[in-house]
Amino acid sequence: MSGEKLGWKDLEIGAVVTEPGSASAYKTGDWRSERPVRENEKCIKCGICYIYCPEACIHEDEEGYFESDLYYCKGCGICAHECPRDVIKMVEEVEE
Amino acid sequence: MDKEDEELFVPRLVTTEENFASGHRACVGCGEALAVRHVCKALGKDVIIVNATGCIEIFSSLLPQTSWRVAWIHTLFENVGAVVSGIEAAYKARVRKGKIPATAVKFVGFAGDGGTSDIGIQALSGAMERGHNFLYCCFDNEAYMNTGIQRSSSTPYGAWTTTAPVGKKSIGQMTWKKNMPEIAVAHNIPYVATACPSYPFDLMDKVKKGIEIEGPAYVHILSVCPTGWRCPPNLSIELGRLAVETGIFPLYEVINGEYRLSFDFPELKPVREYMKKQGRFRHLTEDVIERIQARVEEEYLKLKEKAGVK
Repeated sequence: MSGEKLGWKDLEIGAVVTEPGSASAYKTGDWRSERPVRENEKCIKCGICYIYCPEACIHEDEEGYFESDLYYCKGCGICAHECPRDVIKMVEEVEE
Repeated sequence: MDKEDEELFVPRLVTTEENFASGHRACVGCGEALAVRHVCKALGKDVIIVNATGCIEIFSSLLPQTSWRVAWIHTLFENVGAVVSGIEAAYKARVRKGKIPATAVKFVGFAGDGGTSDIGIQALSGAMERGHNFLYCCFDNEAYMNTGIQRSSSTPYGAWTTTAPVGKKSIGQMTWKKNMPEIAVAHNIPYVATACPSYPFDLMDKVKKGIEIEGPAYVHILSVCPTGWRCPPNLSIELGRLAVETGIFPLYEVINGEYRLSFDFPELKPVREYMKKQGRFRHLTEDVIERIQARVEEEYLKLKEKAGVK
C-alpha cells in the first residue's frame, strides 16, 4: 500500500479481493533488524535455505546459487541457522 | 526403508511455484507461514481453500490485499468443516445438474489448533462423519497466538500462556495436550497424518496423499510459533525437529486404520532439550519435567504398539 487510501465504496461486494497475491506489493523487508549475507564460495547449492524460508523470499540465480530478496526478508535468521555449510551470516542492519 | 522405497529429497527440485505470496504479515520466523507455504506447494493451483479465523487468516488477508493465488474463503472459527463440506456438496450437485463441467478441483480446510480442537470440532466431526471428499489441515501452534497467547486444549502440559500464568500455585497449563489426530482416527476416516514443516518432504507427501484419497483426510501440522513459545525466531525449524526427535510430536500416518510411523528413532532425545530452548517452559522444575518425560515415553510406546513396531 503506497500512500493511497481506499474507501468502502472502492471495495467489491463481499469484500472480494480480485487480484491474486496482491500482498506481494507490501514490503515486509523493512521489519528487518538483521540481514543475511552470503559467502557463496562455501555454498554447495543444496537449497535448504530455500525450502525453509517462511517468506518464500529465497530464489535461485543464474549460477545456481541462492539469494534472498531483501524486499521481503524479515531477517528471522532461519536460513543462517539451518545452513549446513555456514554460508549465511546475519549482520546487523544499519540505517541507509 | 527398502531400497525401492527410496525417494529423492532435493530442495532445489521442489516446485518454485508459490501460491502463497510473499508480503504476508506473519511474525518473524513464523513456522505456520512456512507450513502454509509447503502445503500450498503440495496442493497446486486447482484448489479451494476454506480458512478459519486465526493467525493464517489474519496475516494473509489484510484487506484490500491478499497473499493467496488460489481460491480462498474466510469463515468463522466454528464452521470450517461445515463450509468446506457445503462447497464440496454444491460442486457435486452442480456437476450432476450439468451446470458446470467436472474438474479436478480439490477442497481443503485450514484452521489453527483453536479452530480445530476447541471451537470448530463439532463442524469438523460432522464433515468427517458425513464422508465429504476434502482435506483438513490443522496448523497447531499450541495456543491462541493471534489474539495474544491464550491457552487452548492443544497447549502442552506445563506451558506458560497469558491465561495459564505461572505462579506459586500454578505451573502454567494444568491439562495435557488434546490428542486431536486420535479423535480424527476415531471417525474411521481413510487418512490421518501428523506432519511438521521441519520435515518438508514428509509434509508435502502427506498433503498429496490426503488430497488424493477419496473421502475425508486430516493432517495435523505442528507449527512453531517463536512469539508465543518465547524462543528466538531462527530456532523455528530446530524446535520442530526436536519435537519429533524427543517423541513429543511423533510423525505418523493412519491409512484406513493402519498406523505407520514416518520416522522411528531407536532412542528418543530427552524432552529437556526441547524445553530448555523455550521461554514458555523455563519455570518448570525437575520433577515436572520428569513427569512430562514419563508421559511422552508412555504415549510413544502406545503409538509404537499400534504401528506394530518393536
